[in-house]
Amino acid sequence: MAETAVAHDTHATSTGLSNVKLGMWLFLGSECLLFGGLISTYMLYRGRVANGPTPEQVYDIPFTSVSSFVLLMSSLTMVLAVTAAHKKDDRNTNLWLTVTALLGATFVGGQVYEFTAFYNEGLGFTTSLFGSSFYTLTGFHGVHVTVGIIMLLALVAINKRSRVPGSKSETVEMIGLYWHFVDIVWIIIFTLVYLIPV
Amino acid sequence: MTTSTPTHAEHGMSTRGYVNIAVILAAITALEVSTYYVDFGPLFLPALLIMMVVKFFMVVSYFMHLKFDNKIFSWLFYAGLFLAVSVYVAALATFHFFLR
Repeated sequence: MAETAVAHDTHATSTGLSNVKLGMWLFLGSECLLFGGLISTYMLYRGRVANGPTPEQVYDIPFTSVSSFVLLMSSLTMVLAVTAAHKKDDRNTNLWLTVTALLGATFVGGQVYEFTAFYNEGLGFTTSLFGSSFYTLTGFHGVHVTVGIIMLLALVAINKRSRVPGSKSETVEMIGLYWHFVDIVWIIIFTLVYLIPV
Repeated sequence: MTTSTPTHAEHGMSTRGYVNIAVILAAITALEVSTYYVDFGPLFLPALLIMMVVKFFMVVSYFMHLKFDNKIFSWLFYAGLFLAVSVYVAALATFHFFLR
Protein backbone atom coordinates (compact mmCIF):
# COMPACT_ATOMS: atom_id res chain seq x y z
CA MET A 1 0.00 0.00 0.00
CA ALA A 2 2.67 2.46 1.11
CA GLU A 3 4.87 1.18 -1.72
CA THR A 4 2.13 1.97 -4.24
CA ALA A 5 1.81 5.45 -2.80
CA VAL A 6 5.50 6.26 -3.01
CA ALA A 7 5.75 4.87 -6.53
CA HIS A 8 4.00 8.04 -7.72
CA ASP A 9 6.71 10.17 -6.10
CA THR A 10 9.41 8.95 -8.50
CA HIS A 11 10.06 11.22 -11.46
CA ALA A 12 10.86 10.32 -15.06
CA THR A 13 14.52 10.78 -15.95
CA SER A 14 16.11 11.45 -19.34
CA THR A 15 17.90 8.08 -19.22
CA GLY A 16 14.87 6.15 -18.01
CA LEU A 17 17.05 4.97 -15.14
CA SER A 18 17.05 5.94 -11.50
CA ASN A 19 19.40 8.86 -10.81
CA VAL A 20 19.94 7.49 -7.30
CA LYS A 21 21.17 4.21 -8.71
CA LEU A 22 23.35 5.93 -11.30
CA GLY A 23 24.83 8.07 -8.52
CA MET A 24 25.49 5.02 -6.36
CA TRP A 25 27.32 3.14 -9.13
CA LEU A 26 29.36 6.26 -9.90
CA PHE A 27 30.24 6.55 -6.21
CA LEU A 28 31.28 2.88 -6.07
CA GLY A 29 33.41 3.35 -9.21
CA SER A 30 35.18 6.25 -7.49
CA GLU A 31 35.65 4.15 -4.34
CA CYS A 32 37.72 1.74 -6.45
CA LEU A 33 40.27 4.55 -6.78
CA LEU A 34 40.31 5.15 -3.01
CA PHE A 35 40.88 1.50 -2.11
CA GLY A 36 43.19 0.98 -5.09
CA GLY A 37 45.47 3.66 -3.65
CA LEU A 38 45.41 2.16 -0.17
CA ILE A 39 46.02 -1.41 -1.43
CA SER A 40 48.88 -0.26 -3.70
CA THR A 41 50.50 1.62 -0.81
CA TYR A 42 50.28 -1.48 1.36
CA MET A 43 51.75 -3.69 -1.39
CA LEU A 44 54.66 -1.27 -1.71
CA TYR A 45 55.37 -1.02 2.02
CA ARG A 46 54.44 -4.45 3.38
CA GLY A 47 58.05 -5.62 3.37
CA ARG A 48 59.40 -2.42 4.95
CA VAL A 49 59.86 -3.42 8.57
CA ALA A 50 62.69 -1.57 10.30
CA ASN A 51 61.16 -2.05 13.74
CA GLY A 52 58.54 -4.36 15.21
CA PRO A 53 57.03 -7.59 13.96
CA THR A 54 56.76 -8.69 10.32
CA PRO A 55 53.42 -9.65 8.68
CA GLU A 56 54.18 -13.37 9.07
CA GLN A 57 54.76 -12.90 12.81
CA VAL A 58 51.42 -11.23 13.52
CA TYR A 59 48.88 -12.52 10.99
CA ASP A 60 46.46 -15.13 12.30
CA ILE A 61 45.18 -16.69 9.06
CA PRO A 62 42.63 -19.12 10.62
CA PHE A 63 41.03 -16.25 12.57
CA THR A 64 40.95 -13.89 9.57
CA SER A 65 39.57 -16.70 7.38
CA VAL A 66 36.59 -17.09 9.69
CA SER A 67 35.88 -13.34 9.77
CA SER A 68 36.23 -13.20 5.95
CA PHE A 69 33.69 -16.03 5.69
CA VAL A 70 31.31 -14.14 7.99
CA LEU A 71 31.51 -11.01 5.80
CA LEU A 72 31.04 -13.10 2.65
CA MET A 73 27.88 -14.68 4.06
CA SER A 74 26.56 -11.24 5.00
CA SER A 75 26.41 -10.56 1.26
CA LEU A 76 24.00 -13.50 0.94
CA THR A 77 21.76 -12.19 3.73
CA MET A 78 21.88 -8.71 2.15
CA VAL A 79 20.74 -10.00 -1.23
CA LEU A 80 17.94 -11.89 0.53
CA ALA A 81 16.87 -8.58 2.13
CA VAL A 82 16.81 -6.92 -1.31
CA THR A 83 14.75 -9.81 -2.72
CA ALA A 84 12.27 -9.54 0.18
CA ALA A 85 12.03 -5.76 -0.35
CA HIS A 86 11.22 -6.26 -4.04
CA LYS A 87 8.45 -8.67 -2.95
CA LYS A 88 7.21 -5.97 -0.51
CA ASP A 89 7.76 -8.43 2.35
CA ASP A 90 8.56 -6.03 5.21
CA ARG A 91 8.99 -8.71 7.84
CA ASN A 92 11.68 -10.62 5.96
CA THR A 93 13.30 -7.41 4.74
CA ASN A 94 13.81 -6.27 8.33
CA LEU A 95 14.89 -9.75 9.40
CA TRP A 96 17.62 -10.10 6.73
CA LEU A 97 18.79 -6.50 7.18
CA THR A 98 19.21 -7.16 10.91
CA VAL A 99 21.07 -10.44 10.29
CA THR A 100 23.35 -8.63 7.82
CA ALA A 101 24.08 -5.92 10.41
CA LEU A 102 24.86 -8.59 13.04
CA LEU A 103 27.24 -10.42 10.69
CA GLY A 104 28.90 -7.08 9.87
CA ALA A 105 29.23 -6.30 13.58
CA THR A 106 30.85 -9.72 14.10
CA PHE A 107 33.37 -8.88 11.38
CA VAL A 108 34.16 -5.45 12.89
CA GLY A 109 34.44 -7.04 16.34
CA GLY A 110 36.96 -9.48 14.88
CA GLN A 111 38.91 -6.60 13.40
CA VAL A 112 39.01 -4.76 16.74
CA TYR A 113 40.27 -7.97 18.38
CA GLU A 114 42.89 -8.39 15.65
CA PHE A 115 44.11 -4.78 15.97
CA THR A 116 44.35 -5.19 19.77
CA ALA A 117 46.31 -8.44 19.42
CA PHE A 118 48.70 -6.87 16.87
CA TYR A 119 49.25 -3.83 19.11
CA ASN A 120 50.03 -6.09 22.06
CA GLU A 121 52.57 -7.91 19.88
CA GLY A 122 54.35 -4.62 19.25
CA LEU A 123 52.79 -3.43 15.98
CA GLY A 124 51.65 0.17 16.48
CA PHE A 125 50.49 2.60 13.81
CA THR A 126 53.93 4.26 13.61
CA THR A 127 56.09 1.21 14.35
CA SER A 128 56.96 0.58 10.69
CA LEU A 129 55.81 1.39 7.17
CA PHE A 130 54.15 -2.03 7.14
CA GLY A 131 52.18 -1.17 10.30
CA SER A 132 51.10 2.26 9.02
CA SER A 133 49.94 0.98 5.63
CA PHE A 134 48.26 -2.10 7.16
CA TYR A 135 46.26 -0.15 9.76
CA THR A 136 45.32 2.56 7.24
CA LEU A 137 44.03 0.06 4.67
CA THR A 138 42.16 -2.28 6.98
CA GLY A 139 41.03 0.63 9.18
CA PHE A 140 39.47 2.43 6.21
CA HIS A 141 37.70 -0.78 5.27
CA GLY A 142 36.50 -1.27 8.86
CA VAL A 143 35.09 2.27 8.89
CA HIS A 144 33.21 1.49 5.66
CA VAL A 145 31.73 -1.66 7.22
CA THR A 146 30.76 0.32 10.34
CA VAL A 147 29.03 2.98 8.21
CA GLY A 148 27.20 0.13 6.43
CA ILE A 149 26.03 -1.33 9.76
CA ILE A 150 24.71 2.10 10.85
CA MET A 151 22.84 2.45 7.53
CA LEU A 152 21.35 -1.06 7.86
CA LEU A 153 20.12 -0.50 11.42
CA ALA A 154 18.79 2.97 10.57
CA LEU A 155 16.92 1.48 7.61
CA VAL A 156 15.37 -1.22 9.83
CA ALA A 157 14.29 1.47 12.32
CA ILE A 158 12.65 3.75 9.72
CA ASN A 159 11.18 0.79 7.84
CA LYS A 160 9.42 -0.38 11.02
CA ARG A 161 7.79 3.07 11.22
CA SER A 162 6.98 2.93 7.47
CA ARG A 163 8.86 6.20 6.98
CA VAL A 164 11.26 5.18 4.21
CA PRO A 165 11.29 8.10 1.74
CA GLY A 166 10.83 7.29 -1.97
CA SER A 167 10.84 3.71 -3.19
CA LYS A 168 11.51 1.36 -0.29
CA SER A 169 12.87 -1.46 -2.44
CA GLU A 170 15.27 0.94 -4.17
CA THR A 171 16.55 2.25 -0.82
CA VAL A 172 17.24 -1.31 0.35
CA GLU A 173 18.92 -2.05 -2.99
CA MET A 174 21.21 1.03 -2.72
CA ILE A 175 22.36 0.10 0.78
CA GLY A 176 22.81 -3.44 -0.54
CA LEU A 177 25.10 -2.20 -3.33
CA TYR A 178 27.23 -0.35 -0.77
CA TRP A 179 27.34 -3.45 1.45
CA HIS A 180 28.38 -5.77 -1.40
CA PHE A 181 31.07 -3.28 -2.36
CA VAL A 182 32.72 -3.48 1.08
CA ASP A 183 32.55 -7.26 0.67
CA ILE A 184 34.34 -7.27 -2.70
CA VAL A 185 37.01 -4.93 -1.31
CA TRP A 186 37.61 -7.44 1.48
CA ILE A 187 37.82 -10.28 -1.06
CA ILE A 188 40.81 -8.44 -2.56
CA ILE A 189 42.33 -7.46 0.82
CA PHE A 190 42.06 -11.01 2.17
CA THR A 191 44.04 -12.42 -0.77
CA LEU A 192 46.61 -9.67 -1.34
CA VAL A 193 47.23 -8.71 2.28
CA TYR A 194 46.80 -11.93 4.24
CA LEU A 195 47.26 -14.93 1.95
CA ILE A 196 50.13 -13.81 -0.29
CA PRO A 197 53.34 -13.79 1.77
CA VAL A 198 55.86 -10.93 1.54
CA MET B 1 6.08 6.71 -13.13
CA THR B 2 7.77 4.63 -15.75
CA THR B 3 11.16 4.89 -14.10
CA SER B 4 10.35 2.15 -11.67
CA THR B 5 10.14 -0.41 -14.46
CA PRO B 6 13.76 -0.40 -15.70
CA THR B 7 15.15 0.51 -12.28
CA HIS B 8 13.51 -2.42 -10.58
CA ALA B 9 14.20 -4.75 -13.47
CA GLU B 10 13.78 -8.43 -12.92
CA HIS B 11 16.91 -9.53 -11.14
CA GLY B 12 16.86 -12.95 -12.69
CA MET B 13 17.70 -15.14 -9.72
CA SER B 14 15.68 -17.06 -7.18
CA THR B 15 16.54 -17.38 -3.50
CA ARG B 16 17.87 -20.85 -4.25
CA GLY B 17 20.10 -19.35 -6.95
CA TYR B 18 21.59 -16.85 -4.48
CA VAL B 19 22.21 -19.62 -1.95
CA ASN B 20 23.97 -21.66 -4.65
CA ILE B 21 26.20 -18.68 -5.46
CA ALA B 22 27.00 -18.28 -1.75
CA VAL B 23 27.92 -21.99 -1.49
CA ILE B 24 30.29 -21.64 -4.48
CA LEU B 25 31.84 -18.52 -2.92
CA ALA B 26 32.30 -20.37 0.38
CA ALA B 27 33.93 -23.31 -1.43
CA ILE B 28 36.34 -20.99 -3.26
CA THR B 29 37.19 -19.27 0.05
CA ALA B 30 37.95 -22.68 1.58
CA LEU B 31 40.23 -23.42 -1.39
CA GLU B 32 41.97 -20.07 -0.91
CA VAL B 33 42.59 -20.78 2.76
CA SER B 34 43.90 -24.26 1.90
CA THR B 35 46.80 -22.62 0.01
CA TYR B 36 48.05 -21.48 3.42
CA TYR B 37 48.38 -25.10 4.58
CA VAL B 38 49.05 -27.02 1.36
CA ASP B 39 52.03 -26.36 -0.92
CA PHE B 40 50.68 -25.54 -4.39
CA GLY B 41 54.18 -24.93 -5.76
CA PRO B 42 54.37 -22.56 -8.75
CA LEU B 43 50.55 -22.57 -9.00
CA PHE B 44 50.23 -20.83 -5.63
CA LEU B 45 50.16 -17.19 -6.80
CA PRO B 46 48.19 -17.58 -10.06
CA ALA B 47 45.64 -19.85 -8.35
CA LEU B 48 45.07 -17.34 -5.55
CA LEU B 49 44.72 -14.41 -7.96
CA ILE B 50 42.31 -16.31 -10.22
CA MET B 51 40.15 -17.35 -7.25
CA MET B 52 40.12 -13.73 -6.01
CA VAL B 53 39.01 -12.45 -9.42
CA VAL B 54 36.32 -15.16 -9.77
CA LYS B 55 34.88 -14.32 -6.34
CA PHE B 56 34.96 -10.59 -7.12
CA PHE B 57 33.04 -10.96 -10.38
CA MET B 58 30.56 -13.46 -8.92
CA VAL B 59 29.55 -10.99 -6.20
CA VAL B 60 29.44 -8.05 -8.64
CA SER B 61 27.51 -9.97 -11.32
CA TYR B 62 24.98 -11.87 -9.20
CA PHE B 63 24.67 -10.24 -5.75
CA MET B 64 25.03 -6.69 -7.13
CA HIS B 65 22.89 -7.66 -10.15
CA LEU B 66 25.20 -6.06 -12.74
CA LYS B 67 24.71 -9.10 -14.97
CA PHE B 68 20.96 -8.46 -15.09
CA ASP B 69 20.86 -4.65 -14.89
CA ASN B 70 21.20 -1.91 -17.49
CA LYS B 71 24.67 -1.83 -19.09
CA ILE B 72 25.16 1.82 -18.13
CA PHE B 73 25.64 0.74 -14.51
CA SER B 74 28.30 -1.76 -15.61
CA TRP B 75 30.08 0.95 -17.60
CA LEU B 76 30.11 3.34 -14.64
CA PHE B 77 31.55 0.77 -12.25
CA TYR B 78 33.99 -0.96 -14.58
CA ALA B 79 35.28 2.41 -15.82
CA GLY B 80 36.23 3.29 -12.23
CA LEU B 81 37.70 -0.16 -11.66
CA PHE B 82 39.69 -0.10 -14.91
CA LEU B 83 40.99 3.40 -14.16
CA ALA B 84 42.02 2.38 -10.64
CA VAL B 85 43.80 -0.81 -11.77
CA SER B 86 45.59 1.02 -14.63
CA VAL B 87 46.73 3.96 -12.49
CA TYR B 88 47.98 1.85 -9.61
CA VAL B 89 49.66 -0.83 -11.74
CA ALA B 90 51.52 2.02 -13.46
CA ALA B 91 52.35 3.58 -10.09
CA LEU B 92 53.65 0.26 -8.71
CA ALA B 93 55.67 -0.31 -11.90
CA THR B 94 57.48 3.00 -11.40
CA PHE B 95 58.63 1.67 -8.02
CA HIS B 96 59.86 -1.58 -9.74
CA PHE B 97 57.33 -3.52 -7.66
CA PHE B 98 56.88 -6.25 -10.30
CA LEU B 99 60.65 -6.83 -10.65
CA ARG B 100 61.17 -7.77 -6.99
